[in-house]
Order: sequence, then C-alpha cells, then structure tokens
Amino acid sequence: MMGWHGHGFGGGGGWRGMGGRMGALDEEGELGAFYNHRVVSRLITYIMPHKGLAILSLLTMLITTATIVVQPWIIKLSIDELVDAPSRGDVGALAFVMGLFVANICVRFVANYMYQTTLARVSQGVLYTLRSRIFAHLQRLSTSFYDKNEVGRIMSRGQNDVNQLQEFLNLVISSLADMLSLFGIILAMFLLDVQLALITLTVVPVLIGIMVVWQRIAWGTFMRVRQAIAIVNANLQENISGVRVVQALNREETNMRRFDQVNNGHLDANLHASRLSAALMPTVEILTAVAIGLVVVFGGSMAINGTMEVSVIVAFALYVQRFFDPIRNLTMQYTQFQRAMTSGVRIFALLDTPVEVADKKDAVELPPVRGDVALDDVRFHYVPDVEVVRGVSLDVKAGETVALVGETGAGKTTLVALLNRFYDVTGGRITIDGYDLRDVTQDSLARQTAMVLQEPFLFSGSIRDNIAYNHAEAPLETVEEAARAVGAHEFIMKLPEGYDTPVSERGQSLSVGQRQLISFARALLADPRILVLDEATANIDSYSESLIQQALTEVFKDRTSFVIAHRLSTIRNADRIVVLGHGQVLEQGTHDSLMSAGGAYANLYNAYFAAGAGVREEAGG
Amino acid sequence: MRGMRILLRILGLAWRRPRHMTSAYVALIASSGFALVVPRLLGNTVDEVLRGGNFSEVVQLALLILLVSAGRGVFAYGQTYLSEWTGQLVAYDLRNSIFNKLQRLSFSYHDGQQTGDQMSRATADVEAIRNFVQGGLLRALNIFILVFGAAGLLFFLNWRLALVGLLFVPIVAYRSAVVSLSLREVWTYILRVTGKMTTVMQENLAGARVVRAFGAQEHEKQKFDVVITDLAESHLKANRRQVFNSSFIQIMFGAATVAILWFGGMEIVNGRLTPGELTQFIFYLGLIQGPVRMSGMILNNFSRAVSAGQRIFEVLDSPSPVADKEGAVPVERVKGHVRFEDVSFAYAKEPVLDHVSFEAEPGQVVALLGMPGSGKTTVVHLLPRFYDATDGRVTIDGMDTRDFTLESLRRNIGIAMQDVFLFSATMADNIAYGRPGTTREEVERAAKIAQLHDFIVSQPDGYETWIGERGITLSGGQRQRLAIARTVLLDPPVLVLDDSTSSVDASTEHLLRTALTEVMRGRTTFVIAHRLSTVRSADVILVLDEGRIAEQGRHDELVERDGLYRKLYELQLLPAEPTIDQLAADSGKGVRP
Repeated sequence: MMGWHGHGFGGGGGWRGMGGRMGALDEEGELGAFYNHRVVSRLITYIMPHKGLAILSLLTMLITTATIVVQPWIIKLSIDELVDAPSRGDVGALAFVMGLFVANICVRFVANYMYQTTLARVSQGVLYTLRSRIFAHLQRLSTSFYDKNEVGRIMSRGQNDVNQLQEFLNLVISSLADMLSLFGIILAMFLLDVQLALITLTVVPVLIGIMVVWQRIAWGTFMRVRQAIAIVNANLQENISGVRVVQALNREETNMRRFDQVNNGHLDANLHASRLSAALMPTVEILTAVAIGLVVVFGGSMAINGTMEVSVIVAFALYVQRFFDPIRNLTMQYTQFQRAMTSGVRIFALLDTPVEVADKKDAVELPPVRGDVALDDVRFHYVPDVEVVRGVSLDVKAGETVALVGETGAGKTTLVALLNRFYDVTGGRITIDGYDLRDVTQDSLARQTAMVLQEPFLFSGSIRDNIAYNHAEAPLETVEEAARAVGAHEFIMKLPEGYDTPVSERGQSLSVGQRQLISFARALLADPRILVLDEATANIDSYSESLIQQALTEVFKDRTSFVIAHRLSTIRNADRIVVLGHGQVLEQGTHDSLMSAGGAYANLYNAYFAAGAGVREEAGG
Repeated sequence: MRGMRILLRILGLAWRRPRHMTSAYVALIASSGFALVVPRLLGNTVDEVLRGGNFSEVVQLALLILLVSAGRGVFAYGQTYLSEWTGQLVAYDLRNSIFNKLQRLSFSYHDGQQTGDQMSRATADVEAIRNFVQGGLLRALNIFILVFGAAGLLFFLNWRLALVGLLFVPIVAYRSAVVSLSLREVWTYILRVTGKMTTVMQENLAGARVVRAFGAQEHEKQKFDVVITDLAESHLKANRRQVFNSSFIQIMFGAATVAILWFGGMEIVNGRLTPGELTQFIFYLGLIQGPVRMSGMILNNFSRAVSAGQRIFEVLDSPSPVADKEGAVPVERVKGHVRFEDVSFAYAKEPVLDHVSFEAEPGQVVALLGMPGSGKTTVVHLLPRFYDATDGRVTIDGMDTRDFTLESLRRNIGIAMQDVFLFSATMADNIAYGRPGTTREEVERAAKIAQLHDFIVSQPDGYETWIGERGITLSGGQRQRLAIARTVLLDPPVLVLDDSTSSVDASTEHLLRTALTEVMRGRTTFVIAHRLSTVRSADVILVLDEGRIAEQGRHDELVERDGLYRKLYELQLLPAEPTIDQLAADSGKGVRP
C-alpha cells in the first residue's frame, strides 16, 4: 500500500506539522540493487541465534540434493545389468542395485523432511524476531515520529516488507539447492562421458543468454505490476473506511467506475507480465529438446559404433530433463531478490530510525512522587530557529490544578506534551519532585502520569479492557468505581453486555462523548500523580461534557493537574491560571488575583458579561 | 459439502469466460498430448541402438523429438498465458464485485466490520483464488491427462508392469486429500491470526500517544508477542504437514521406480519386455512425477482458495437490507415536507426508536435534543435510508422514502456529520466529492459559503492542496466546514447537521456559526443540537428520551412546561457560556500582550 502521489507534509497548529521532515521514513525506489551487502549481513545476524538449525538445514539440503542427482546414475546401473541379464539369467547384481535405490529413497525422505522443516523453523524464528524488534522499536520511537509518518506507511513496513523477507529466506536456500544440483548434474555428466557432456552443454550458454535478455525486458513490467497493485489497494482502503461518506454523498457510481479503471490498469499490467513469463515456456522446452536430440544423435551413433553403453544415453536424457529447472528457477527469482533487498533496506531503515526521546544510560526509576512540578526556563522548537516555547518557568505544588489559557498557537499543547516527555525540551528543564524528566526512565515516569487527549482512542476489546488499559489485573469493582466517578457507569450498564461489551473499530457503536468518558475513566483508574487534560472536552456533546464537569472535582482531587480547556467554569475553578501567549507566560495567578491585576485575563473575564448579553440577544432575535 | 459448493462457485466464475477457458483447456490437452509422445520416442531410440540399427533412424528419432517438443512448447505457452489470463480476469471480477458490494451494503453491515478485515478479503483472499484458478484448476486437468494418459500407454505396453508401477497413484491421491483437509483448517486459522496481528499493530500505531501517555509499551509488546508467536507456530504446523505430504509423495514415487526396475528386470529376463520399453516406463514415471508432486501444492492452493472463497462469498452474499425496491421511482427535487409516521427501529433486536411521529414543513428547522443514546442520530440516519425503519414509515412530500430510488433520495438529502472523512485528494476534489466534475467556480462558491475559502487560498497550492492520508492535516473546525461545503455544493432541499463540536478557537466558532446559518436558509433542516442559539431558533424541537419523543414544540412552549426539555435546558444548555477565546474575539481584544 505504498503511496502513489509523492508529497506529504504536516500542517495546522499544535505539534503536528511543525516537525519538518526529520525522522520521516524515506520512500525507497521500488527496486534497488540485486545484492545489498549491508542488508544481507544484517539478516545473517538474525540467523545467528538459529545457527545450529541453519547448519542442519544446509547439511540436509546438501544430502537431499545429492540423492536427487544420484538417482539417474542408479537407473543407469540397473539398465547396464538388464541389458546383459537375458543372456546371463542372473538377477543378483540387479538386486544389489535395487538395494542402493531403496537406500537412496530412504535417505532422501529423511533428509528432505529435515531440510524443509528446519528451514521453516529458522525462517519463522527470524521473522518472529524481526516482527518483535520492529514492534518494540515502534514502541520506543517518540511521538514526533508518528507526527511525520502515517500509520499506513509504517504498517506496510511491518507487514509487507517482512513478508517479502520471509520469501527471501526460503528463496536463498532453494536457490542454493538449485545451484548445487546444477553443479552435481554437470559433474555427473562429465563423469559419465566427457565428450557427450561437452556436446550437450553447448545449449547452456544459449539458454543463459536468452534468460539475461528476458530479465532485462521483464524488469520494467514487473515493476508496473507492483505499482498497479499499490494503487488498487489504496483505492480499496479509502473507499472501505470512508464508505459512510460515500453513501451519504451518493458517490457509489462514480467510485465504482473509478475503481474499475484502476482495476483494469492492474489487469493490463498483469497480462503484459504473464505474456512475458509464459514466453519462457516454449524457449526452455525447445532447448531441452535440442539437448536431448543432441544426446540421441551423438550418443546413439557412439552406441551404434560400440564406443558407449546405451544406458549412458538414458542417464544423459534423464539429466538433461533435470537440468533446466534450476536454471529457470534462478532467473525467475531474480526480481524477487531485488524486491527483498529493497524490503530489507526499508525494514532496517525503520529499525535504525533514531529514538529521539530515549532513556539515559544511567536513568533511574522515578520513585513514587508527590507531584511538585517545576518548569525552569523551558524552551522548545520543532524546527530550529522557530521556538514554540520561549522560556517558560512555572512552579507547581503537588495537588494544584493549573489551567492553561491562550490562543491557538500559544504553546499550550506543546507544553503539556513536554510534561509527558513526548518530546525533550530544547532548553531549560522540567522537574518532578526535583527529578529532571530526562534523568528518569520513561516507563517509570509514564506510570505516574496520565493524559486525556482531544480525540478519544479506544482499543479493540471490551469496555472493561479499555478502562483497565495497562492494568489488566484491576478487579471489576475498581473498573466500575472509575467509571462511576466520571459518570460513565450508567450508560455502560445499559449496553447489552455491560462492561464486557466489545468496542469495535474506532468505537463506532459509541458516541464521541461516551468514548471520551471511557478514556476519562481509564485515566482515573491509572491513578496518576500528574494528570493532563488536553482539550479533552472539546469534541464531545454537551451532555457528556456536563457529566465530566461534575466529575472533574473528583478527578483533580489529590493530584497535580494541567488542564487546557475553554469553559470558563473549569478555568475559574483552577487553583492557578496561566495565561500563555507566543510561547511565554503572560501572567499567572488565581482567578481573583488575576482579576484584580487587571491584565489580559481580567479583560477577558469582564468581556464575559458583555458577550453573555450578546448571546441572549442573538438567541432572542 | 461446503467446500464443494465454494469450488463450484469459483469454477462458475472462471467459466464466465468460456472462450478463454475452452482455449486454455484445448492448449493444455494438446501440450499434454505432445508430452506423452516423448518417452515413447526415447524408448524407441534405446531399442534401435541396442538392435545395432542405423544412424539415419536415430537422427530421424532426434528430429521427431525436437518437433514434438516444439509443439508442446507452443501449446504450453498458450496454456500458461491463457490460464493466467483467466485467473487475472477472475480476480478482476471479484475485486470489482467486492468493491461494488461494499459500496452498496448499508450501514448496519459496515457497523459490524473492521476495515483491515475487509481489506484482506479484497486483497489476500482474492489473490488466493486467482492462484487457484490459474495454478490449480487447469493444472489439475493437466495432472489428470498426464497420469491417465501415461497409465493407458503403459497398460498397453505391459499391463502387469503398469499395474505394479502405478499402484502408488491412488495411495498418493488418498493421502493428499486427507492432508488437504487438515491443511485447510490450519490455513483458515493462520488467516485469522494474521488479521489479528494487523489489528494489534494498526491500533498500536494509531493510538501511539495513548500508549505512551499510559506507559503501556510493555503491555502492547506482550499483546503483539502472543499473536506473532501463535502465527509462527501455526505456520510451522502447516509447513510440517505440507512437507510430510510432499516427502511422502516422493517416497512413493521412488518405490514405484524400484518396483518397475525390479519387475521390469524380471520381464526382460523372461523375454516379455525390451530394455527400450523399460526405458519408456522410466521416462513416463518421470513425466508424471512433476505433476504428481505438484498435486500437493494444488491441494494446498485449493484449501487456501476454499477458505478465501468462503470469506469472499460471505461479503458478496450479505443481503443489504437497504436496497432499491422494485418499481422505485427516481424523484427530481423534493419540496422537503418530511413526516415520520409511527416509526420504530431496532438495532440488532435492541429497540432504539419507539413509535416516533412528527412532521416538518418545507424550510423548517427541526432541532433534535436528548441524552446520548436517546436516538437522535438514528432519526436522522433513517431519512436517507442508511437504515430502514423496522416499523412505520418515513415520507418526504407524502411519498414513502422506500419508494424513492436510493440514488434520488440521497441526492435530495445532504448530511454533514461529526465524523468528517477526508479522501486523499485535493481540496477541490474533496469539496466536489458528491458531485465530481463540478466547475471550479461552483467549488469556490461552496467554500465561500462554508467560510473555508480564505483558509484554502492561504495554502500554497490553494484548491490543489492535497489533504487526507498524505496531505495536510485539517483541524476539527476546518473539517467540519469542509463537510458543510460538500453539502452546499449538492444543494439539497433536506439537510442534516450536527452542531456538537464546540470548536477550538474563537474565529472558527464564529465562522462555523455563520456558515451554518447560511446553509440552512431555504432548506428543511434537521439539527442534532447542542447550542442554545440553535435550539431557540428552531421551528420544532424534538426532545427524545430512550427512543420516544418525550416532548415537542417551540422553545418558549417547552421551557414553560416543567418537563424533560426544561431539565436538559438547565443541565446542558444553560451553562452555554461562551468559551474564553470567543470572548477574546467578541471583545475585540486578544490575549496578546
């Protein structure tokens, strides 16, 4: 599902879009080099933990290949016996040859089974490690990474590219097997008869030449197929997730027509590709026939002259039949190799994305804190020279509720993101109970902080799972208690399965307000020392908001809270109001002190009465 | 058997192109036929040489081999190309059908589905069927012809030896069938686990901020680890069964070769067989070895295709409760007289609306009010038939909405909802989404009415600015105004709005309000209301309570009555204090220093 229109950039206010392109994943070209040493050597480090199995796999593969190459030879031996048999009337020697054959079969069975299963274990092991490392790395990456990369693009690396590598691993081994059997067959031919071997093998350079030319031609076509499927998938994705809008706007017909076009393009590209790949069939077929013809003509005349056993002809014919498959496989795998290399480059680029916010080497566990938060000349910029937070100093006592007020772009959202250490400050410092945020482990910090964001996000699972997120051990009573405290209990109990009601994707079955109530309950259950509400009530209906308003006192009790809100009542009740403007603190204090100071806040508040009258007027008229 | 039915349906899809299929089969039969001749020629060579025959005979045989192989090659080309063609056409048809079906299926279907799962049906599952059609369906016949052709020829040559040599074919066939059945289970399971892995990852990425805010990375890693461990183990399980099966086929083939050599040897000793004929046997066995070995793969393809087919047909067979009735009429432009007559609606047997009746005259504004879950959204969703009423009827201009064609009904109703979906396209295309091909002037006019024009032209690319997946991000207020612009462009006589977003900053708030007032003019409008100003100016207020209309009337009447409206009014509407930013804007003095 790679993108097909090349540009993308963030925009708007807050932390989105200010990030520039640093840390964004580059889109590599679709197909790169055939062999990339860095990718291969990194892959090998993933195989190393399975060294024993890998070696076993290689060994058994070697044995399997050997048994396969030897078979025509055994058949030759038995024919040798049989040509003489009617005159001798003795089958003892034949019995011996048959014994060899049976042994060959048995060895092959065991070796092949072991080779295939160990190979699968190695490749599944590598895949597992890759997936798990990618996922773990994604957990460590800071939020700025997610500002710059869409979920779809990251997903495609975590899934499609990993699958490409899976095929690649199998391919490497099977190509190795192909090359070995090729080598084995050539060796066997030369051992049987040097002259006939040389004659027969004249076909090979011709075949290789044709394959190389074919590969050149096919390359572009296969690339077109890949691009076409990406377009089809992007189209599907969008129209499935946006289906409600599509129907509301009556767009079905147009979309079907457009999809048909895209689908048709994909079909064309594929048909072109299959015309090319099918063309290999007659080529190989005819060359095989030429080789067999050479064996028949030259071998036959030698046999008639008595300079060759007839069994050698049979063995040669059998070898020629087995000869072309490996060559054909190797050519077909060329594109797959390139693709896997590209995937490898992309996966390792993801794994190498620097973690911007990382634990220091000597980071300590943040012990249970009281919740004194101090900001000391905090500065921050997403892009150098464009400071968003310009020297903010605050001293917040444990248990205080701080309301952050200011226009869009004043730096409120950035400031609370810094508090949670979504980003590291670029100047000054933030401390909790005297601990600099950068000196403690992120994990221990996160355990004592919680955040409710503007867009509620629920995970698939039950409502209970969502409230007890990251606290799976919490008993139902605790979950209910949290839900009651924010006024969510009532509507949850009305749902068909109560707390066990599953939440579907993006919580379609629940209203935005209900989803937000659940995320409030989640924050409360986490019982953080420091709580941040970032416009948490901006998107919800007024009924849910009134429920939350009532619950806020409960929520704020005994913890340090930072609130970005727009309702005056929430702001007025805060212990301290901080008015921000252009990344700086304009004024701060309680409602009363700010009122008497007669600054920006007082102006705002006084305007309230005037505006209130305005609203009444408007409503009346 | 369900597997059989699915197979037949897939066959039916392939046979929709009888010409392709027939030519593919003809090419296949011809190429298999030619293939069957070569071992015979090789056997003849051996006998010729042993007889001490002459050189020209041998050359003749060599030329014949070349000729036959060339014929085989040409037909093999035809067969490969035609079968790929058929497979691609089936995939093309399926993708189109799935897409069209999903576009048509009503909301009640989509409510229960996950995007990722739908995607994998339309991609991975379609691919599995394509693989089967192109690799399995035709190759199966190939195997059939080669095996039975070779068997027939061998029986003709020496029936005793043929019997010995071909004993393994039924055994292999039986084994493969057993393995195929057990593999199908594993594959279905693997598909499910893969879907789960996608979901976990997708959610983790989309909710990255929440995961971090709660320090739940370890928890998420564990969740993911469980799934990928399961995935790896299931893959290994499938692999073990598959490999055992293929190894088994090989061993059977080896045993057959031994048997032929041994008993053939006896026959030669007894003078009933020539070495050349024995060579034929060996080459025929070689000829069917490939296809028989491939039969394991085909069975695997088949199992995959059956589970994939099941998932695809599930989508294609889902009935859409909301569809055009027979004899539905397209209606041009309605006046906008909307009536709900005793309408009830149940969602998955859960009653949501209970005998709701009301009426809206053309041009009136109807405000819907009530607690979450009281049925406000459902009422407006019934208008464009996103769902159908389970009882009672909804009429527009006196005509049952179910007698309209869906297309014409929805053309008459514009909806601007809370969840605004942006398509990855330009700003202009997103606005003109409901009416592609609209002129730029009209798009701009709509954007101006929706108060979005100024923002758009402030962007470097103006109306050509990309939004959605890979473009710029819009704020909540901007998204909502975009939804309004979309609706304005459609110019519907009936309008549904949701004014719930108490938007972020003052200027947006003001813009939105202006836009809404502008848009409502001259249309029958339904508003899911959260603002005092909206409710007060409404012609009809419907107060919903647990799916029933508790009260209806105008603001003045309702506020007098000491009912639910009064309660809601006090609870949620009265503290409709302006936001602090709004005050800043209204007083004309920003919070700037």
